[in-house]
Amino acid sequence: MKPAAFSYHAPETIAEAVAILAEVAPEDGRVLAGGQSLVPTMAFRLARPAHLVDINGVEGLDRLVLDGDELSIGACVRHAAFHRPVVEGCLGPLLSSVARHIGHYPIRQRGTFCGSLAQADPASEWCLAAVTLGATMTAMSVRGSRQIRARDFFEGIMTTALADDELLTEARLAIPPSDTRFGFAEFNRVAGGFAIAMVLAAFRLEDGVITEPRLGVGGVEERPRRIAEAEAALEGRAPGAEAFRAAADAAAGAVDPMEDINTSAGYRRDLVATLAFRALEQAGRALEQAGA
Amino acid sequence: MNAKHDITLAINGEAYAISVEARRTLADAIREECGQTGTHLGCEHGVCGTCTVIVDGAPVRSCLMFAVQCDGASIRTVEGLADGGEPHPLQRAFMEHHALQCGFCTPGFLMLAVAVLERDPDIGDEDLLDILSSNLCRCTGYANIVKAVRAAAAEMRQC
Ligand SMILES: Cc1cc2nc3c(=O)[nH]c(=O)nc-3n(C[C@H](O)[C@H](O)[C@H](O)COP(=O)(O)OP(=O)(O)OC[C@H]3O[C@@H](n4cnc5c(N)ncnc54)[C@H](O)[C@@H]3O)c2cc1C
Ligand code: FES
Ligand code: FES
Repeated sequence: MKPAAFSYHAPETIAEAVAILAEVAPEDGRVLAGGQSLVPTMAFRLARPAHLVDINGVEGLDRLVLDGDELSIGACVRHAAFHRPVVEGCLGPLLSSVARHIGHYPIRQRGTFCGSLAQADPASEWCLAAVTLGATMTAMSVRGSRQIRARDFFEGIMTTALADDELLTEARLAIPPSDTRFGFAEFNRVAGGFAIAMVLAAFRLEDGVITEPRLGVGGVEERPRRIAEAEAALEGRAPGAEAFRAAADAAAGAVDPMEDINTSAGYRRDLVATLAFRALEQAGRALEQAGA
Repeated sequence: MNAKHDITLAINGEAYAISVEARRTLADAIREECGQTGTHLGCEHGVCGTCTVIVDGAPVRSCLMFAVQCDGASIRTVEGLADGGEPHPLQRAFMEHHALQCGFCTPGFLMLAVAVLERDPDIGDEDLLDILSSNLCRCTGYANIVKAVRAAAAEMRQC
């Protein structure tokens, strides 16, 4: 189908954008970023916003910079910006390998990192990365600006802490210590499809044992989250199949999986065990390659 | 809401001054207002890729952009590939390798492949396969499309 009629606004500054949003948000006025989720929803007439505020021409929102010990990702930074590592060290390659799982190449030319966070699809790779790596979001409105931590940002399926009149201007990712090792594993049935389940794992080693473990699960529950039980199973253990298996089983036991017409809760739970193990093994291999 | 916007689309180097509602997708504007019907529409929600065109150098789904967003942008469609009567190397390779049957998906595959090979002529096989998986074809089974794109890539590297 074709999208329903709407009024189009193309602000050039953040101040202009939030002023328009303040005016049109009460009439279901929305931000248009990459349009790769919003436009299909409008084509299905599942969304019929009366106004769209196109932020693609807003000055400064395409900024992707290293700011102190954080990577600042502006609202118009596309998925494709991460195809090649954007920062030195371990974070750049990790973001590249995650980005490749988002839809298809042409989708990644338009879709944005921040748009994915605002959309809050349970199976969004960037939402999982934001939660697992500990991102901070900056929300702006005519009322001012505020910071929202990832764990407070995602409230449920396609629901975030953003108010209707707030513009997400940037997401900030903390740069992890350079000896952090990562693994990412995802499963879906067709190329470019949304994940049925995915796991992002990270840890460091100190005196031969795992420290600062992080294990995040996405696509399984209504929002991505870190699994404390799995992290506890890794902390202080030597990296290897035994510890990874214990953590993977702990993760599978701790999740409360969604069900859909193709996928039972049990199937998703099994996937969590398999993917957690694969992600941890990958992180382990990264260790060997680094000669640690 | 139904107000029309006066915009100019530069399609294959030719300027089209048109007047469209904001809700008009780029794909529909290219076909209806500009009369360039080589760009096809399958799903109209981003899944099939037959509407792929090149906007300012990037291959994009034209069903997921609004025409007003492309005012002044440089757009390339399948009509712009041939040089006079001479088909583009990719078009020739598609014919030689039987990379189409009904041809509905072909404009999308051509524009996707052209954009990618122009950007990265030395692209690896695995990356190429990953990118070609962006679009759907219900006829060929893909093998000949992959063959054709590989052959054209080799030819384009030589010249
Ligand atoms: C075929 C296909 C396959 C896909 N596969 C995947 C996949 O595997 N994984 C995945 O994660 N995604 C996938 N996507 C979705 C894609 O990643 C989108 O780009 C992303 O979900 C939304 O980003 P966007 O910039 O396109 O946002 P838009 O579509 O423009 O907006 C999405 C929503 O967020 C709001 N919004 C956007 N930016 C802001 C902002 N800065 N401030 C406040 N609100 C904002 C909008 O108002 C809207 O409600 C797929 C899409 C398609 C069409
Ligand atoms: S018509 Fe645009 S992707 Fe199918
Ligand atoms: S040739 Fe018929 S859909 Fe591809």
